[in-house]
Order: sequence, then structure tokens, then C-alpha cells
Amino acid sequence: MKIKALSRLAVLILLGVFLARPDWFGWLFAPLTRNGQAAIYTQNSLLNLTLNHLAIVAAATLAGSIVAIGLAVLVTRPAGREFLPLSRTLANAGQTFPPVAVLALAVPVLGFGTAPTLLALFLYGLLPIFENALAGLASVSPDVQEAARGTGMTDGQRLLRVELPLALPTIIAGIRISAIISMGTATIGSTVAASTLGETIIAGLINSNLAFVAQGALVVGALAIIVNTSLFAIERHFSRYRQDQR
Amino acid sequence: MIEIEHLSKFFDETCVVDDVSMTIPDGALAVIVGTSGSGKTTLLRMINRLVEPSSGRILIDGKDISAIPPHELRRQIGYAIQSHGLFPHRTVGQNIATVPHLLHWEATKVNARVDELLDLFQLDPAEFRDRYPSQLSGGQQQRVGVARALAAAPKLLLMDEPFGALDPIIRARAQEDLRQIQRRLGTTIVLVTHDMNEAIHLGDRIAVMDRAKLLQYDTPQEIVTRPATDFVGELLGSGERPFRLLSLQPLRPFIEQGEATGTAVSVDASLRDALEEALWSGRAAVPVRDGAGKTLGRVTLATAIRQAARPQ
Repeated sequence: MKIKALSRLAVLILLGVFLARPDWFGWLFAPLTRNGQAAIYTQNSLLNLTLNHLAIVAAATLAGSIVAIGLAVLVTRPAGREFLPLSRTLANAGQTFPPVAVLALAVPVLGFGTAPTLLALFLYGLLPIFENALAGLASVSPDVQEAARGTGMTDGQRLLRVELPLALPTIIAGIRISAIISMGTATIGSTVAASTLGETIIAGLINSNLAFVAQGALVVGALAIIVNTSLFAIERHFSRYRQDQR
Repeated sequence: MIEIEHLSKFFDETCVVDDVSMTIPDGALAVIVGTSGSGKTTLLRMINRLVEPSSGRILIDGKDISAIPPHELRRQIGYAIQSHGLFPHRTVGQNIATVPHLLHWEATKVNARVDELLDLFQLDPAEFRDRYPSQLSGGQQQRVGVARALAAAPKLLLMDEPFGALDPIIRARAQEDLRQIQRRLGTTIVLVTHDMNEAIHLGDRIAVMDRAKLLQYDTPQEIVTRPATDFVGELLGSGERPFRLLSLQPLRPFIEQGEATGTAVSVDASLRDALEEALWSGRAAVPVRDGAGKTLGRVTLATAIRQAARPQ
């Protein structure tokens, strides 16, 4: 546990230092360059690209969470049960469209920039959150449901005090999966001029500069690791009642 | 007082409760006994409107419960189920406080009530208040389930096979606890079970149900000595009947003066206990002692055997 926490901290510090002072790491990336190319991407500051990247992923995941959890709650109520197959189909369709295809289709409508990327990430991230929210809500045992009704909770109280808290760890797991998929997928947003870490990767590919590619990929990877472990810790916090069982 | 009047319930075309009428007086412990599928649980669940009747009505203290919003009705009625249904993400204290919270009690009052109930069920508040249900044994979970049902001091407690998941030794203790708590609090209890032993042991009144119909609703003595139908007799088990009858009779009226040696029985025991003790130790009489250990007299084997015969 201690080693895990320390390595998490190390990744975070390393990333912070690299983003603040990328030039300190020139020597590290220089071997990947040819013919005296620049070792560090300087067209845009890496820090800004990272913050934009994070903001786009956060916005898409947040919107996806609201819609997916809302939908899952709706179709698990008695009144909304008949919409369950339909909403499953919709969420599945979102996952089936490759994000690149969504980008290509969205650009004529939404123009170049951040908007089509947000749309692609939002659609692509819906399914894991939706399916996990459904599974979490379905996992609440009938006895517990019965007890909640029997103690005199209204439908709303049952949802907020019993069903959602019990489903929360599973829901957060869905958000975590969705967020780390989006973290990687957001890089392709730079093909339609969204300002993400994909920019360095694309620049590197165009100029055959492996150093740029590596920088973008390493930062995205580190972000994914940090987001994954943080959300995992939150997930564990909300399921602590399951842990120390005798 | 609970008055059930011509209550019926149909699920689609199937009748699960058929024209049941019964009255449960205040402070009584009424047991509804029957095989699975007899409609006993449905009958119970109609009392707190977890199931709505197809026809007939239920009055609690003269008020028709169909006029009370279900969630408000349920906050006034305790409800304990077999698998206890504790909320796994809430601590023991939070579980017990469920209904007081729904009723917006003040925090200090809630906390005091939680500790009081934990004490009542012999669970040390300091040790158990902040535990999660998964950290309790089956017997402890069951007690917390009943404590939660009693939290807002309801006048009426509904219990659906509350002891079904417990092993025999813990079950006997839980039954004893329930009787004592009921005597102390004066709560009216309606309890559903498939176990005739439990019904006779616990009930002031027993309602026997079979295939949606109420066959007999009477005192345990009447049920044992005068079963209304063959089915009631079958539920009692013909070989067991003399012993069931003895178990309903307290020792006190049968104490006589005379010599008896060996292990004594408590004056709070039943004739059945005295008979078992006499048979097992091969004695013709056993001494009877009160709680303080003072010998009150003896009960003879002959008396017990005489009382085991069917009353004429």
C-alpha cells in the first residue's frame, strides 16, 4: 500500500516538473530526434495543452455521467422500465461509432475545434457509465429494497438514501473506465484542431520527430494512470462498508 | 386494535387471500401460521400497504388505513423481515435511526434512542453503534433488524419470519427476547411463520391459514385441543399434541407439597419442562424452585401425564 502511494506521488511530481520545465528534460528526448530537430515541443506550452486536454475530458465525462446515470435511474423506475431496451440500444450505438467517424461527421456541422471532440468523447463514454449504473442499481438486494419501503421511505428517499449510495462504487467504476478511455481518445481531437496533447503527437508524426510523439504519449499515459488511481481510491472509499468483513 | 374485514387479494386470476376477517386486540402477539403459498405473508403485507387489497378493508384503531398515505402509515408501523434487510452501507446506529430520521427527530433524541435500543437488545452501544452490518453475526443482525423496526416506538410491529434464518439455539433466545420486549413495551405484534412450534410458543392468538383461507383464529390452547379442521391437526402433528398442550400450561397451579430430590425446575417453566426433566432423570416427581432458589414444592409425573390428556 505504501509503495503504491509513493509511486503514485512520484508519477504526479515527475509530471508536474516536466510540465513546468520541459526544457530540463531535453537531454532525455534528444536521442529520439534526427538531424538536429528540436527535442521539446514548443509550438504551444505543454502545460496549456495538458490543461486543455484535461478540461475536455472532464467536461465530456461529466456530461456523459449526468446523462448516463440519469438514464439508468429513469429506466430502473417502474414508469420508465419499458425504455430499458431502447436506452441500451442508444448507449451501445454511441460506443459502436468510432470517435474518428464522429469527428468526421461532426465537423461539417459543428466546425473545427473543441466542439466535435467533446461530442465524440461524450458519445463514446456513455456506454460504460450507463451499463455500470444499471448494474449497480440492479445489485441492490430485494430484501434491502423491501426494508426501505417497509420503513416508510418515499420513492425519492429510497433512490437517494439506499439505491444510489449502494450503486455508487459501481457507478464510479464506470466513470473511471470512461474517463481513461477518453483520456487516450481525446488525442485524436487534435486532427480537427482541438487543443489537446494530440497536437504534439501529430506534429511529431508529420515531422518524423519521435521526441514529440513520445512527449505527448507519455503525458497522456501519466494522466491516465493518475486519474485511474484517484478514482479507484474514491471507489474504495464509498465501498468501505464491504471491506473489513469478518 | 387491528380489525381486518373481509380482506381479499387477487394476483391476476389467482386468489391469494380469500375473505379473511380477524381482530387483533391491543398488546396481543398474534401469529399467522401456514405453509408456503398459504397467503400469510400477503395478509401481513397488506397491513402496512406493501400490498393493496383487492377488496375488504383494514382498520387500525378504528381508522381505515387506505386513507393514510402508505409511507406515513409505514413510519408508524414497525416492520422486520427474515433476512433483516439491513442497509449494508449504513452503520448499525444509522440503520436503527432510519425511521426517527424520516420523522425528523432531533439528533440528540435519535442518538439516545439508538443507544437505548442497543441496550435493550444486549448489544453494547459503544461497541456496535459504528459497525457495519457485515461485521455482525446472524443473530446480531437479526436483533438490529428488530431494533430498527422498534426505533420510533411503534404501537404495532409486523414480523415476517423474523427468526427463519437463525440456528435453533439462537432462535430460541431471540424468541424469548421478543416475548420479554413485547411484555415490557406493550407493542402489538403480528408475526408470520410456517413453524407451528414457534406459533404456539409465542402467540397469544394463532391464525392458521391454508390456500388463501383463514381456517382458525384462536388461542393456542383452543388450537391444540380443538383444531377446526384436519389440516390444522396435521400442522400440529398428532404425535406432538400432548407435549404442545403441556408446554402451554405453567407449573404454578400444579405445585403440591411433598418430597422430591434432584435437579429442580423453575416455577416459570411449563409442565412440559417438568415432564421432560422427570422422564430424563427417571424420577416420579421433581422439585420446583422460584427465582431466588427457594423450593416451593414438587410436581409429579402423574400430574403432568394427567394434564397431557385431551380435555373433554
